[in-house]
Amino acid sequence: MTASTVPTSLPQTAPGLLVRGLTTTFDTSRGVAIAAADVDFDVAPGEVVGLVGESGSGKSVTLRSIMRLIREPGKVTGRVEWGGRDLVAMPAEELRRVRGGEIAMIFQEPMTALNPVLPIGAQIEENLVAHTDLNRRQRRERALELMNIVGIPAPERRLDEYPHQFSGGMRQRAMIAIALACSPKLLLADEPTTALDVTIQDQILKLLLDLRDRMAMSVVLVTHDLGVVAATCDRMAVMYAGRIVETGTVADVFACPNHPYTRGLLGSVPRSGQSRTMLQSIDGTPPNLTDLPDGCAFHPRCSFATEICLKQRPPLDLVGTDGRRAACHHHERVAAAEPIL
Amino acid sequence: MPLFSFVIRRLLQMIPTVIFILVVTFVLVRMLPGDPASAMLGDRARDADVNRINHELGLDQPLIVQFFYFAERVVTGDLGNSIGLKVSVASLIADRLPVTLMLTVMSAVIALVLSVPLAFVAAMKREKLADSVIRGTFQVGLSMPVFYVGIILLTVFAAQWKLFPVGGYGTTLPDKLYHLFLPALTLALSFAAVLMRNLRASIINVMNAEYVDFAIAKGLRSRVIMIKHILRNALISTVTLFGLQIGTLFGGAVITETVFAVPGAGRLLIDSIYGRDYPVLQGLTISLAVLVSLTFLVTDILQAWLDPRIAR
Repeated sequence: MTASTVPTSLPQTAPGLLVRGLTTTFDTSRGVAIAAADVDFDVAPGEVVGLVGESGSGKSVTLRSIMRLIREPGKVTGRVEWGGRDLVAMPAEELRRVRGGEIAMIFQEPMTALNPVLPIGAQIEENLVAHTDLNRRQRRERALELMNIVGIPAPERRLDEYPHQFSGGMRQRAMIAIALACSPKLLLADEPTTALDVTIQDQILKLLLDLRDRMAMSVVLVTHDLGVVAATCDRMAVMYAGRIVETGTVADVFACPNHPYTRGLLGSVPRSGQSRTMLQSIDGTPPNLTDLPDGCAFHPRCSFATEICLKQRPPLDLVGTDGRRAACHHHERVAAAEPIL
Repeated sequence: MPLFSFVIRRLLQMIPTVIFILVVTFVLVRMLPGDPASAMLGDRARDADVNRINHELGLDQPLIVQFFYFAERVVTGDLGNSIGLKVSVASLIADRLPVTLMLTVMSAVIALVLSVPLAFVAAMKREKLADSVIRGTFQVGLSMPVFYVGIILLTVFAAQWKLFPVGGYGTTLPDKLYHLFLPALTLALSFAAVLMRNLRASIINVMNAEYVDFAIAKGLRSRVIMIKHILRNALISTVTLFGLQIGTLFGGAVITETVFAVPGAGRLLIDSIYGRDYPVLQGLTISLAVLVSLTFLVTDILQAWLDPRIAR
């Protein structure tokens, strides 16, 4: 983690997030599924970090593991350090105060993440009840203020309305207002724009960046959309089959991917303003998490693969400055290949 | 106020239901073999006497004429007089129906008290020992006929341990509740089993909902998550079942009242069937039907209150 990615206007006293060796497994009838393995990453105060990957790459599981939302039969090991405390080993009541109070989370689909039978105002206020001493009137005021912050018109009326009375974009704004009620220092966002149409997507991302600045908050943004990463994140980590395969600043990774999977992802993004060519895709499908290939999990789909890739799993090594890392035996060859952007 | 117009709409919908019940009751009662006069006079009655009494009661007129007389009186609130007991049907019902009502309400309360917490425990300890024990026990309760459960409870708690009276009905309210406890429990057991199974499944379903994850991620206290997020949503489907089952409960009350010798509407209903006491039979059926319809209405209101997506 370097200071260059942190906006200078933000206070440096806020604690950061350190994830070390985070591993999440599920006992299934077909064996142990390793949904996230040995995940290491940091989030500096005020920083926006993107976790990118296909479905099943472990990005959402990582986010849920940080928040300890993994249920039986899932198991989480490793360390998640927040302000010097380890969330993985934290007692329930202490964890409850961190959740929602210091670390908040928003989900992909607000229609299912909001309680359908409670008015939006009540869903904001119960968050305040759980973490503050505000009285009824103050809670109502704070709820109104939050509705204004996230840009919901006619907040007084809308506080008494139910989720089904909101449009998709407004519902996502409402969920953000609920999550941010107690001014958390870290927001975990699980594909917050995937369920929205493109114009609304843009508004919500702008809102998140605006809130990051306004509330001096860090954000971990899970997405499969590289366009979203390019538009919002300072740094990114690419995940494949439960592991981080490449990480670095967004500019560095986009300019010169060091992992063939990242290269494949970047190649499969449609771009405007170019002559129309066939869209590139990555051959094959992601591996079965209960039966990962030996060596590098990506080797069956990789055009750079050699003998060593079949036998030895490449470690996530430093490949440059600014915390640039990649897990590929042939990262130099990948970096030297002809640019795809 | 959407809830208000919703209630009005549902009340208006009750009118055709009640008219339909009126017709069906009238026809069904007369489809029973035999007639009040034969029932009163016995097997060896002379035809002339039977015909004379049927004539006095107006039962020799065409059905359609009889129906309009009946409907006309019902509309003015007059249910006629009992053929056998020579008192007004209204006073009979006023005397007996509250007993059945109390029995039903009591067993519904017992069923709720038993099923809601146990459903929660079973759902939380899903597939563990507690879940199996709770489900197994209720399964036994559900598999046994109401009258059999009644007789067992009667033998053990009333005859053997003498904790409760064997039958009858008290005079003061606490005394009445005391007398009604065993019959109410009898009725409640199978009702609780049905509710428990439904609620358990519903809770398990809701626990997996993303809004519960969101509630946990908000750092809410577990009591708040259980009641406001899990239970409230899980109850929506159970309330429907609860309403539907109330109708069955009235039916079960007929049997239970017979087993425990409770002087309720159920007993009166059976007596009036044996005596072919058409006015009592009609009056009781209509009263029970209206009661059940009202229960459905209350259920719908409750559901609209629980789930704001319903009342629009």
